[in-house]
Formats: sequence, structure tokens, C-alpha cells
Amino acid sequence: MTNSDQRSDEDAIDVQGGYSSGIAVIDPEDSFTDPGIEPHRPRKTDLFPEAEKRSARTVVAWMVLSAIGAVAAIVAYVVFPIDGHDISTVRPNNLFLGLGIALSLLALGIGAVHWARQLMVDEETIDIRHPQRGSEEAQAGALEVLDAANKESGFGRRTLIRRSLIGAAVLTPLPGIVMLRDLAPLATQGGDPAELLRHTMWTAGTRLTRDPDGTPIKASDVQIGSAVHVIPEGLTNETEDWLNKKAKAVVLVVRLEEEDLIEAEEKKSWSYHGIVAYSKICTHVGCPVALVEQHTHHLLCPCHQSTFDVADGAKVIFGPANRALPQLPIAVDDEGYLVAQSDFHEPVGPSFPERAL
Amino acid sequence: MKRTAKKTGRRSPLASVALLGIGLLFTGGAYVVVSQTANATSASASASASTASDLVDEGQKLFSANCATCHGTSLEGTGSGPSLVGVGAAAVSFQVGTGRMPMANQGAQAPAKAVQFTDEQISALAAYVAANGGGPEIPDESLLQGNGDAAHGAELFRTNCAMCHNVSGAGGALTEGKYAPALNTVTPQHIYEAMVTGPQNMPVFSDTNLTSTDKQDIITYLLYVRENASPGGIDLGNLGPVAEGLFLWIFGLGIIVAFTVWLASKSN
Repeated sequence: MTNSDQRSDEDAIDVQGGYSSGIAVIDPEDSFTDPGIEPHRPRKTDLFPEAEKRSARTVVAWMVLSAIGAVAAIVAYVVFPIDGHDISTVRPNNLFLGLGIALSLLALGIGAVHWARQLMVDEETIDIRHPQRGSEEAQAGALEVLDAANKESGFGRRTLIRRSLIGAAVLTPLPGIVMLRDLAPLATQGGDPAELLRHTMWTAGTRLTRDPDGTPIKASDVQIGSAVHVIPEGLTNETEDWLNKKAKAVVLVVRLEEEDLIEAEEKKSWSYHGIVAYSKICTHVGCPVALVEQHTHHLLCPCHQSTFDVADGAKVIFGPANRALPQLPIAVDDEGYLVAQSDFHEPVGPSFPERAL
Repeated sequence: MKRTAKKTGRRSPLASVALLGIGLLFTGGAYVVVSQTANATSASASASASTASDLVDEGQKLFSANCATCHGTSLEGTGSGPSLVGVGAAAVSFQVGTGRMPMANQGAQAPAKAVQFTDEQISALAAYVAANGGGPEIPDESLLQGNGDAAHGAELFRTNCAMCHNVSGAGGALTEGKYAPALNTVTPQHIYEAMVTGPQNMPVFSDTNLTSTDKQDIITYLLYVRENASPGGIDLGNLGPVAEGLFLWIFGLGIIVAFTVWLASKSN
């Protein structure tokens, strides 16, 4: 309490000069002089009765225009009905209804402002700003109350109680934060949301099918330079929770010249004659990465320009993403269709707290 | 003239000429009718065969004069241009028919510009390239009419094309100065050819990936978007939230600022 007493004393000294200088250095010779208030200049409407009459007519004209706008909006609503089966009828309805309402409101506002500016009493007055600092008595009174409260409660004296109170107060909101975990959509299906993020629909032997038609893809159908957008076999709009499943499982299949592929030793068996499959979910914040360039083999994320090199393990070559896109190991089944060897070997998409980096 | 001759009973000096003319006309006309009816199929086939080989020769001349510097004298490619063996007539029709080739200068991407060859010259070049290695052919007219399934086309477009070309085909940026061009003025034939051949950095969408019917549907969708006004109001070029935000920041806020200035100003 003694500290705050001292501070208020210093403030009091500062205020003696009539203003609080803060830390600014004020040079009296260079200081800004108050220009005062410019003299009152009467308006045309105050000087000439014709001008006043003209302004009054203008205000009335705006009000009439506003009324016309309101009526026009109602007329437009009747004349341009929205036909539920024809989306092109929405546009004239919205356009003319909106124009009518806008005219009505805008003209009302402009008329009112014009009235105030031109015709209402034009007196300039000065409101002096009241001092923000309280009186000495009020400040002393407030300090007395605080001091008394501190003495009566023993808040300053009983340090153990005070610290335990602060500690408990810090922990109180934590259950709420922990419960946020249940907001994860996957948690509604039971189980650990982190565990569900680690797995996708892909399993050993799942055929790669075209998005959105769901037709399987023969390896011989994928030409060099092709890009095929792929979903796992059996994923349709009727699949339970299909959007979340699709959001994790979408894959981009491209075929490069085999000699262009740079593959890590342990991933050599994951491609098939230059056909590689990568998760389409950006490792930055999960946008679908699908802007693939045929000759540079660059795969660009449209959200934040993360760029991956499809020829080199989809490693990051530009942008904020931190990890390469997960690769889906693929093979070919007896009938020549592309199948997954297994699920992805790492979680797809952006990082989450439980993910080991 | 004959009538004059009968009246006077004397042969006009022009009568023999007229007779000769009528005779020639008759035999010529008869020959035309006979050859058209009897030899219609074989005659046209042999005619197109001779013009086809003429076309290839013509194309080779044009190629040597205009393309061989970069693509090699026998389409094998050089350091400045890729090999054209197997790219097909569709690739030539697209690249030359949109003015992308010949390139004005080496750059990140060959832009579409004024077409430098006549349709006949482009056909000749296409015939020459197709005759040396085959490849995708120029699509059939029936696929380009925009009479497919627009809804299915839209679904395919969103999955395969929209990430680069924008959901309404307004185009978009790629890496290092490259871009996906806007599709709203591209002819259906060139759209089809681009899908089949994968020009520049666009991936190839061969018939084994998107069937010709799929491509017809995609063209139908693009033509539908082109021909139907946006029901929501001014589309601002369909460029998306950045263009729309900029418009609001400049014009929306500008109007508000102008009103505020007017509100706070002193009246005269």
C-alpha cells in the first residue's frame, strides 16, 4: 500500500503544471499553440430566405424519394416473384427489392442529415472536458477502503491462503479446456480422437477408385503425365460419416517417368512402374493439395502456397508446410487394378497434439 | 440463236459454236452426274487420300520452316523444345490453334496469343505430326456441342480441374510464374484437346481416366457456366474472395468514408 501512496504523490506533482507530461520532452518555444476556435460563419440558409426555402424543398424531395423507394420495393417484390424451380428468378427479385429498400433508407438518411445541416439551429457551443482525475478526498477514501479490506481479510498477511487461492483459480478453467477434446467430430463415434486421426479408410487390398464416380483404376490406364484423383473403393455419399472419411482418405495418383522418381530405399516398393500415390491433405493446415504440374512435378497447395515435389517423396520445397505428404503404398491386384498395400504409414494432414513428430 | 436460224432458214455463224457449247455442257454434266452417283465413295476416298498425303507434305514444309528449330527436324525435340513424337493432331490443333505455338520467347509458360497460321496450315501441321508417331486425334464434333450432363460435368470439373482453373473456370496462379488460364473464351474443341494432351504443365486426362463422355459433360458444364448469368448478382469475374474483398474495401468503404466526410463537413 505504501507503494501506491508514493505513486499517487508523484502523479500529484506532475499534475501541478496543469498537464501530465508523461515521458515526453516538451520544449516551451517549440510547443504547439492553441489556435482557438474559428469564428462562426453564418450559413447561406441563415442569410437568404430563398436558400432556406430551397433547402426545405430539397429535404422534402428526399423524403418523397424515400417513400417512392419503399413503394418500389413492394412493387418489385410482387412483380418479380421467386420461382422455386428457376434460380434465375432470384436475381431480378433481389436486385429490385434491394434497390427499392436501399433508396428508401438512404434517401431518408440523406434528407435527415440535409435538414440538420441546412435548417436546424446553427449554434456553436464549447463543452469543456471535465478532469479525469478524481479529487484528493475521493482518492484517499478509496485507499482507506482498500486498506481496511486488506486488514480485515488478512489477504496481504496470510500468504499461504493467498497462494493456494491463486493456484486453485488457475486450475478451475482447465476441465473446460480438456472437455474441448470431445468437440472432435470423430469422438462422437467413441474411442480416442487422436487414434482415429492416425488411421484412414485405406487397408491392404483396398482398390483405388476415381473420385467421384468410384470406378476402379487399372495401372495400364494411368498414362505418364496423368493425374488421377482417387478415393478408396466403397466410399460413397451413403457411407456413414463419408465426408470425414473422404477428407482423410483422398489421394492423388500421378505417373512419372520411372527414372525421374527419387525414392528412399525403404519406399522403393511403394510405387508401381512410376505410379505414385500421395495423400491430398496438406500437412500444414489440411487444405486439399491438388494443383499438380506435369513437367516440374510440383504439387501446390492453393491455401498457403506450400509446394511439394511429387518426384522426390512429396517433400516440401516451398511454403509453410513442415512435413512431406504421406505416401500411400500401392500395388496391383490379379486383375491389374491398383490397390493399396496398407494404410498410410503416418497420420495424414496437419499435426495434432498427440502426434509424435 | 437457234430460233433466229429457224426463222431465216439460214445458219447463223454462231450456231455451230452454240451447238458445240451445248454438246460439251451435256457431256460434262452427264459425266459429273454419273461419276457422282456411281463413283461417289471411291472418288471421294481417293481424293481425300491424295489430299492427306499432300497435307502431310505441306505440314512437313511448314514444320521445317516454323517449328524445327526447337522441336527438331524429325520431331525428336531439342534442348529448347520437347519431342513431338506421339503428341498427336490434338496437341498441334491446341497449341497452334490458340496461338501458344510458335512461342514468342522462352518463358515460364507459353501464353495464348494471336493465331499465326490459317486453319488449313494448322490441319497440315497436325497431319504431319500425327503421321509421325500417332497420338490423340482431334475430337469428334458430336462431343463438343455442350449437350451432355452438366451436373456430372460439374462434379468432375470440381474434382479434376477446379483446383487450378477455379470452380467457374476463371483461371488461377501456379508456381514460379505459371498459371492455369481462364476457360471462359476457350472453344470446346480446344478444351477437349487440352484435356487429352495435357499441354505444358497441365496433367493429361486421357480417355482411360476421363472417358470421352466425361469430357463431353465437362464441356457442357463450362458452356453452361458461360451462358447462364450468375443468379447471385455481379460475379466480379468469379475470381473468388480476394477480388470480392478488394471490391468491398475500395468501393464499399469508399462510399462510407465519403458519407462520413459529408456528414462532418460544415455547410456553406
